[in-house]
Amino acid sequence: MGALRRSALLLALAFAIVPVGYAIDTEAAFPDPVLQDRYEHLTNELRCLVCQNQTIADSNASLAGDLRREVREMIARGDSDADIKRFLTARYGDFVLYDPPLSARTVLLWAAPGLLLLLTIGIVVRTVLRRAKQPFDDETEESA
Amino acid sequence: MIPELGTFALLIALVMTLLQAVLGLVGAHRQDAAWMRATTSITRGVFAFVLLAFLILVHAFITHDYSIEYVAHNSNNELPLMYRIAAVWGAHEGSLLLWVFILSTWSLLVSQFSKGLPDTFRARVLGTLGLVGFGFLAFTVFTSSPFARNFPVPTDGADLNPILQDPALAAHPPMLYMGYVGTSVAFAFAVAAMLSGRMDASWSRWTRPWTVAAWMCLTIGITLGSWWAYYELGWGGWWFWDPVENASFMPWLASTALIHSLAVTEKRGLFRNWTLLLAIFAFSLSLLGTFLVRSGVLVSVHSFAADPQRGLFVLGLLLAFIVGSLTLYAIRAPSLQSEGGFAPVSRESFLLLNNALLVAAAGLILLGTLWPLVMDVFELGKISVGPPYFNTVFLVPMLPLIALVGVGMHATWKRASYAGKGRTLAGFAIGGLVLGALVAFGCYGSYGVPLTIIGFGGGFFLMASSLWQPVQRALRRQTQSRAALGMAVAHFGIGLFVIGVSGVASYKIEKDVSMGPGDSTSIAGYDFRFLSTNDAVGPNYLAREAHVAISHGGQPVTELTTQKRQFKVQSNAMTHAGIAVAWNRDLFVALGDDLGAGKWSLRLQYKPLVRYIWLGGVCMALGGLLAMLDRRYRRGVDAVPDTDAVAGEG
Amino acid sequence: MWRYLTPVAAFLVLGALFAYALVRIQDGKLDPREIKSPLLGKAAPAFVLPTVADTARQFDSASLKGHPYVVNVWGTWCPSCREEHSALLVIARRAGIPFIGIDWKDDNALAQQYLGQLGNPYTETVADAEGRVAIDWGVYGAPETFLVGADGRVLVKYAGALTEAVWAEKFAPHLQGGG
Repeated sequence: MGALRRSALLLALAFAIVPVGYAIDTEAAFPDPVLQDRYEHLTNELRCLVCQNQTIADSNASLAGDLRREVREMIARGDSDADIKRFLTARYGDFVLYDPPLSARTVLLWAAPGLLLLLTIGIVVRTVLRRAKQPFDDETEESA
Repeated sequence: MIPELGTFALLIALVMTLLQAVLGLVGAHRQDAAWMRATTSITRGVFAFVLLAFLILVHAFITHDYSIEYVAHNSNNELPLMYRIAAVWGAHEGSLLLWVFILSTWSLLVSQFSKGLPDTFRARVLGTLGLVGFGFLAFTVFTSSPFARNFPVPTDGADLNPILQDPALAAHPPMLYMGYVGTSVAFAFAVAAMLSGRMDASWSRWTRPWTVAAWMCLTIGITLGSWWAYYELGWGGWWFWDPVENASFMPWLASTALIHSLAVTEKRGLFRNWTLLLAIFAFSLSLLGTFLVRSGVLVSVHSFAADPQRGLFVLGLLLAFIVGSLTLYAIRAPSLQSEGGFAPVSRESFLLLNNALLVAAAGLILLGTLWPLVMDVFELGKISVGPPYFNTVFLVPMLPLIALVGVGMHATWKRASYAGKGRTLAGFAIGGLVLGALVAFGCYGSYGVPLTIIGFGGGFFLMASSLWQPVQRALRRQTQSRAALGMAVAHFGIGLFVIGVSGVASYKIEKDVSMGPGDSTSIAGYDFRFLSTNDAVGPNYLAREAHVAISHGGQPVTELTTQKRQFKVQSNAMTHAGIAVAWNRDLFVALGDDLGAGKWSLRLQYKPLVRYIWLGGVCMALGGLLAMLDRRYRRGVDAVPDTDAVAGEG
Repeated sequence: MWRYLTPVAAFLVLGALFAYALVRIQDGKLDPREIKSPLLGKAAPAFVLPTVADTARQFDSASLKGHPYVVNVWGTWCPSCREEHSALLVIARRAGIPFIGIDWKDDNALAQQYLGQLGNPYTETVADAEGRVAIDWGVYGAPETFLVGADGRVLVKYAGALTEAVWAEKFAPHLQGGG
């Protein structure tokens, strides 16, 4: 491949990686602050599938705008958060959720904090108990 | 002609690093004094040639040499000089050269400031650093040369990514790399210890300042990155748990644990194996970060143009160093196991818990970052793991840790006695919570989120607990070591950071509006009035500028300018926000799109206490600097245990 | 002794994972940026959209029931769509099944001009001005091409410029043996 074509390809890749900009949502806010809160919360948890490194709240992509509109309409219609997430995952898969849903495949992710904490405490306790049995002279030393 | 000189310089450096490795490691093994001495000279030579290559690339950018492909991709005739130089490390090949350059700089510094080290030890350290340098130079020369030529030669370049055209860009990657690459120094010290089979108190004393220096650079690098993202990119976001952000945070956590483990090893000769492992982990995580960014296995906003071929090379490097050092560890660790006890409540056990929690946190982040890849590779589906997950999960090890730092700082060695301290500390804790509640309700009118008052309380407690003894000693005109002061300042910084995060997370307000000249809206008691718009011109962009006047309770506060910039070459539109900074809050205005009929979309933000996030980071780094400059490290190799440095540090 | 080997072992497992991932990326079997469609094997979303040529006329996807068809999402603003256009013309002619073009978030006049200039591979071209139908189909970029079987289930989804090679490898096998 000639150097020029390769440059063009790399350029195209560069565009592919650059986020085009940040979006401002100028639709009127929900009069009910609870609904507006839900809207903001949801759009900040959903992944933009075009740029893939922003939430749909932040992304300038046309699809992100369309998805924000869908979320807005669903909230106005009375759909629950779960309904909205189900709607989106039915079309885009779990990838669209930045908060991974709990399933057999992600159980390790969600159990990890608890497990690791237990493991950590276990190791610390075991080490401390072992060291407590080893001899040492008490020092009457200052420490900060 | 000159770029070829660059390639030539790199080739020479490649051969010399191999020589550095062989002379250093084999020379130490054979106790060959001439070889060991030569290692030091060769290290200097490597630095000279890598510097030459680096300067050649900088020169190519300054003189618009588009015959070099890398320059053509990342520069432009109208790119200002400062950004042309910064563009040297704006993409894969150049940033790799920067990596290698910084490694050769660290090696040079080690060779220069190690007069007090025994020759064998120094040779082993420099030899190991030579190996690392050889690996990365090979990667550069054989797969990612920044000097590859372009033909035909374009008359203008593709321009640097507009997002990167910013002063903080100049500072963020070099500082970050100084930290990343600095982990190789601690690694080299660990390898030297394992090769010699000895890890005594002097080893700890030699290793510690270098480790703290690298940690300090990493702290500053990460802080800069967060600050830059805030005002340049994130429109108010300061951390996104993006895979590459995580890739820099994990080595930081490991390095922090390493510094604390070294404290115990230096003081009591214990935790030697933990220290070794942590040194290896910090370096491994740093290499892992390099791998993740450049291989394309993870989708990230920071990814360089990914290439699985390069990915395999880096993976090979990763495996060679990590498997090699961990195998060495498996061999040596049994003999390095130390005897020595301490009570269940003691400085040692607090530090152990501290490190364990830090490592657990790093492990959680690693899992969250890699799990999508695991699922994708085994075709179990595609998921995303982002801020909602990390923000929740990270708190699990961190909350207990932050609570314990303020207490553990005052624990004494072997058996902690809180006589005379316990009540003061309890007072600080309660006072912190009360003050936190006062701030929450008094300044912000609500309890925030469930953790807000705990966050404020924890932050205040940490600040008080850190400063208590230094202030007390200063008032009594007692001397204090820099190390003790450094520790206090660093932990104080953590307190600042916690307060900043609590404030922003609990009370920030964002509002997207559509406004025309004369329109006004308000958030958090601040009135934002849209004044006017006009056109503006920059060195390589055209912009639409908007002016917004802010007032509070009728009193004018300031006028902010925000621009929507259209870069001439890459034709991306970038928004440059206007920020009003004060000691207790930021006000943020960002211009969006022209909605027609004179109206523009604007994002307004109120960010309380956000500056303390970065101030905290700076404080931590400052603390590290102080600790590093403690007099006991400047005295060189003394078998005599320190007497004056004992009072007041760990 | 064994506990000291745990770190190495853990790391080797991680290394193996990465090596495996890289090899699969190189072979083109793994693309971290690609999003697999959850629609595969499920009923194709129904839609009713105005045609590009005559906005007064509505096209109902129900009319496609009972036989296989292809849906191609495109736009005049999309450079890759332009790239695949000539291949589309060939494939559509040869395939002998309905090719529905969904013009995604586009301008009708521009679309008509585009098809007039470059040729029209579509049996029907409809306009999804608001992007709602595209969302129903899980579209996240253009061009995307879907194959729906005679039973109404989505069989294939391909994101990217279609070529005759890709058609032969991914789409055609479903059509042999009568769909």
